[in-house]
Amino acid sequence: MLYQIFVDPFVQMADMPDFLLQVIWEGFVAGVLYALIALGFVLIFKASGVFNFAQGIMVVFAGLTLVGLHEAGVPAYLALVLAIGVMAVLAIAVERFVMRPLVNQPDIILLMSTIGMTYFLIGLGEFVFGGEPKKMITEELGLPTGSTEIEIGERGLVILQHIDIAAAVIAIIMVAALALFFNKTRIGRALRAVADDHQAAQSVGISLNQIWAIVWFAAGIVALATGIMWGARSDVSFALEIVALKALPVLILGGFTSVPGAIVGGLIIGIGEKIGEIYWGPLVGGGIESWLAYMIALVFLLFRPQGLFGERIIERV
Amino acid sequence: MFYREAGQFKTSYAADQQVFPILQDRIGVAVILGVAIFVVPFVANDFFLSAIAIPFLILALATIGLNVLTGYAGQLSLGTGGFMGVGAYACYKLTTIFPDVPIVVHVLLSGFAAAGIGMIFGLPSLRIKGLYLAVTTLAAQFFLEWCFIRIPWLYNYNASGAIEVPGRDLFGTMVTGASAGSVPRYFTVLAIVILLTVLVKNLLRGRIGRQWMMIRDMDIAAELMGVRPLYAKLSAFAVSSYLCGVAGAMFVFFYLGAAEPSAFSITLSFQVLFMAILGGLGSLVGCFFGAAFIWALPIILRAGPPLIGIPIAAETAFHITSMIVGALIVAFLILEPHGLARLWQIGKEKLRVWPFPYA
Amino acid sequence: MRLKSLIAGGILAAMASTAALPVFAEDSVYVPLFSYRTGPFAGSGIPIANGMSDYLTMLNERDGGINGVRIAIEECETGYDTQKGVECYEQVKAKNPLVISPYSTGITLQVIPKAGVDKIPVLSMAYGLSAAAVGNVFPWVFNPPATYWDGASAIVADIARREGGLESLKGKKIGYIYLDAGYGKEAIPLLEDFSRQYGFELTLYPVPGKEMQNQSSQWLNVRRDRPDYMIMWGWGAMNPTAVKEAVKIRYPMDKFYGVWWSGGNDDAAAGGEDAKGYRTLNFHGVGSDYPVIQDIKKYVVDAGKSQVDPAKFADNLYNRGVYNSMLIAEGIRRAQELTGKKVIDATDMRVGLENLNVDEARLKEMGMEGFAGTLKLSCADHSGHHQVYVVEWDGKDWQKSGDWFSPMTEVVRPMLEKAAEEYKAANAPWPERTEPCLSN
Repeated sequence: MLYQIFVDPFVQMADMPDFLLQVIWEGFVAGVLYALIALGFVLIFKASGVFNFAQGIMVVFAGLTLVGLHEAGVPAYLALVLAIGVMAVLAIAVERFVMRPLVNQPDIILLMSTIGMTYFLIGLGEFVFGGEPKKMITEELGLPTGSTEIEIGERGLVILQHIDIAAAVIAIIMVAALALFFNKTRIGRALRAVADDHQAAQSVGISLNQIWAIVWFAAGIVALATGIMWGARSDVSFALEIVALKALPVLILGGFTSVPGAIVGGLIIGIGEKIGEIYWGPLVGGGIESWLAYMIALVFLLFRPQGLFGERIIERV
Repeated sequence: MFYREAGQFKTSYAADQQVFPILQDRIGVAVILGVAIFVVPFVANDFFLSAIAIPFLILALATIGLNVLTGYAGQLSLGTGGFMGVGAYACYKLTTIFPDVPIVVHVLLSGFAAAGIGMIFGLPSLRIKGLYLAVTTLAAQFFLEWCFIRIPWLYNYNASGAIEVPGRDLFGTMVTGASAGSVPRYFTVLAIVILLTVLVKNLLRGRIGRQWMMIRDMDIAAELMGVRPLYAKLSAFAVSSYLCGVAGAMFVFFYLGAAEPSAFSITLSFQVLFMAILGGLGSLVGCFFGAAFIWALPIILRAGPPLIGIPIAAETAFHITSMIVGALIVAFLILEPHGLARLWQIGKEKLRVWPFPYA
Repeated sequence: MRLKSLIAGGILAAMASTAALPVFAEDSVYVPLFSYRTGPFAGSGIPIANGMSDYLTMLNERDGGINGVRIAIEECETGYDTQKGVECYEQVKAKNPLVISPYSTGITLQVIPKAGVDKIPVLSMAYGLSAAAVGNVFPWVFNPPATYWDGASAIVADIARREGGLESLKGKKIGYIYLDAGYGKEAIPLLEDFSRQYGFELTLYPVPGKEMQNQSSQWLNVRRDRPDYMIMWGWGAMNPTAVKEAVKIRYPMDKFYGVWWSGGNDDAAAGGEDAKGYRTLNFHGVGSDYPVIQDIKKYVVDAGKSQVDPAKFADNLYNRGVYNSMLIAEGIRRAQELTGKKVIDATDMRVGLENLNVDEARLKEMGMEGFAGTLKLSCADHSGHHQVYVVEWDGKDWQKSGDWFSPMTEVVRPMLEKAAEEYKAANAPWPERTEPCLSN
């Protein structure tokens, strides 16, 4: 038994290095996709302290809007622009009808309001687009399909899907853009000011309402990118909303306010759960992926209660 | 006018400290109980009892369980569904191993299994706080769900992986299984819920409950004043999980009749969490309001239009219900962030000074 | 006193609902259809719901119902969720339904014990509890035209046919990827038994419901284990994802079998051209080249009485819904014949279903020649073990590959009997069958 737990998996890894690489690659891609969802959470949390539970359904909604418009005969790129427009409208509506009346309420109330929004968006999405899963318009958007095979040694083989590579590239570009946006632009500075202290920010003339609408819009764009990537990997359907929960352990690891943290956390979770599932999963009957991510996060938390990149919690009485 | 405590003098400590110090409240509670016991089962039809009243009571109990942990002890939990599942599976095992013991005893015992599991997953709460703790409980939720699927012993190696509730009787009437009528099931559930609610109410008024609230309001200060966080937090986890476990056992035995592991998924956890927040964290009566709102509203919305002769496709009703419920949640929060219980309180305040606008 | 008013309101609503039950016309029968056009499984649920409704609507429009008795159709939305399923059951129970079609194995497992008590037959067409085929133990439950065990045995039989006989299965590796719920687990006991009997190695790849759209781990394992054949028991969003992943790891698609529920058009289309060769079982025709489907088009779709998207009309799962409703309609017709009543009730419906006999002549009359095989149920056999055939994906549509063949009924039947006895023992005291057997 001990052998099976501590030795055998590593023997397997050494036995088939190409397969190990493939597992790590798959984990890396999954991690990138988790990180994309987590980014949306981080954006909103950073600027308003709201834990946006609706991020998952926003991903679905954005993806559905894009595909739905295309089905209705709109050319792909125009549909993309229109979908961004829809996310902007959504952001403004959220700010006006949900966030503004609830300003200064405790966190749990704001969380609850985003849960209410989740219900609303599920209903609206199914009402408008119907409940069928839709195929993502990967080719029409000019995203690469197909795959590259890298031969390793005698009969080793690693298959890289182009769409996965594209996902990684897009994620990197988005993180870089967000980092620049936060650090180098006026609006980004205003965002950080709001995140630090609402009242102080308002007193120097920053409009909270505007800032929040912008943040929700940014989260909407992130959601759209996530929706395209997840949709290309499987389908755009309401079942995706559940996948979004996986962003939670990622956030915990990376800290709720750190953009690079979301990426690192995503990669740790993604690669960790794949390796765990493939090499240790069979010992207990498989399917451990559903909780492994949370356990990994939990172990990290026991050593660092504020997450990897979170600021140190100092409590005073 | 009708709701004044003028002239009601307390002459003993006991009278001053009772649960409902105002006579009108006592009458009100008696009326509600009277309606629940003597009116509802005799006028309501099968559908109302089986699909609305029974699950409403059971979920209200689960909400009380979550509220003990989140509303009173300040520990956010998303693992309610998992703990309910532990109760359900424990009850199933108990009743198949000891078929001769009355089922109600098993239901009440099964809560202890959930309490034990709850305490184990409560341990990290000594170090981890707030949203971070929510992830711990999520780990519990998913891990437990996985156990319900992966440990065949729990469902007696049933090929379909589901648990089927055996028929059991109480004083000669069937209360579980397919042949149990809705009225006996309703009475059993009602009795258990009333019993446990009274117990919890008194627990909250006592030393333990006050310690929980101290931990919730400021844990460091509480610790400095001599509240042991380990003891307080773990007892909150234990009591909360116990209640959820009992609710879970009742959910399967008196409502569903059979259950797959997916019955205790994260969806159920969220459902109960909505009930707690919407009803009002830190309020017992709020649990009942929240449960009624989240459980009964969609059903009434779905059943409503066809009754008044508006033909509406089943799934359209579903979508619209989902939208209305979502919009209502947001509207309620804007209207009264502290939940329905707070609205109830404001209503009572208004009644006290009625017909004058102030007193 | 809001709580009081709430309870009072609830009571009022309840009373109103009893009072305002839709009064069906004198000569109509009430058939509720549990459906799911919402939720994570809507992709599979929508075409089925359309097919089920449209066939019955067509009978109403074309013939004024069955022998002049109109069918009052009502969909109840379950979202494939067991809680909602119970709610739907309670809701329709009050209106005296003829038959319940749960359309979810999970919901079926919940209503099986209730069916005998409430005296409402349950029709779980090719899903649900395999053991329910034993009519003497489950008089109120029907799972025609074939059980999951028939399906699994048929797939094994087809693999054996390709390999050159059952003996050649020895030493082969067969992988089983399934939705980790009651539905997916249903076939495991049979496959395990077969693996012992025929000496092939069975590896299991469970897909948790939450991870339906995230199956890369399972398929990585498949890539490592290299099973000679893959069998899938998938549903909803799990199917297209699995097909995509299989294509991704270069699994030979012609060695990849799905059960009949993994054969939606959208499921295979997710893999497009690359999924060529993916095959699933089927027990009814695909496409619209059948008189019955043409009638549906004429009387229902073109008349604007259907919700179906014209592009998806008569696809595989739509036709499955039609087949399901055909069984309901035939059950009603048989019940009318046997009882001599026009407007039958649920007890008569049970007798009708038990004596269901769809022969060639009847198929022709219904415009279903070649659409389905013959089916005969009896008191002991509630499934009929209908013949199946394999359909193959050609990159654009399903094509019939090979002839109709019978599942390995003679092997499966004793196992079903055993499983039914086990169920009986596990759920003691299980009521003994008291319903008389009207065979003719």
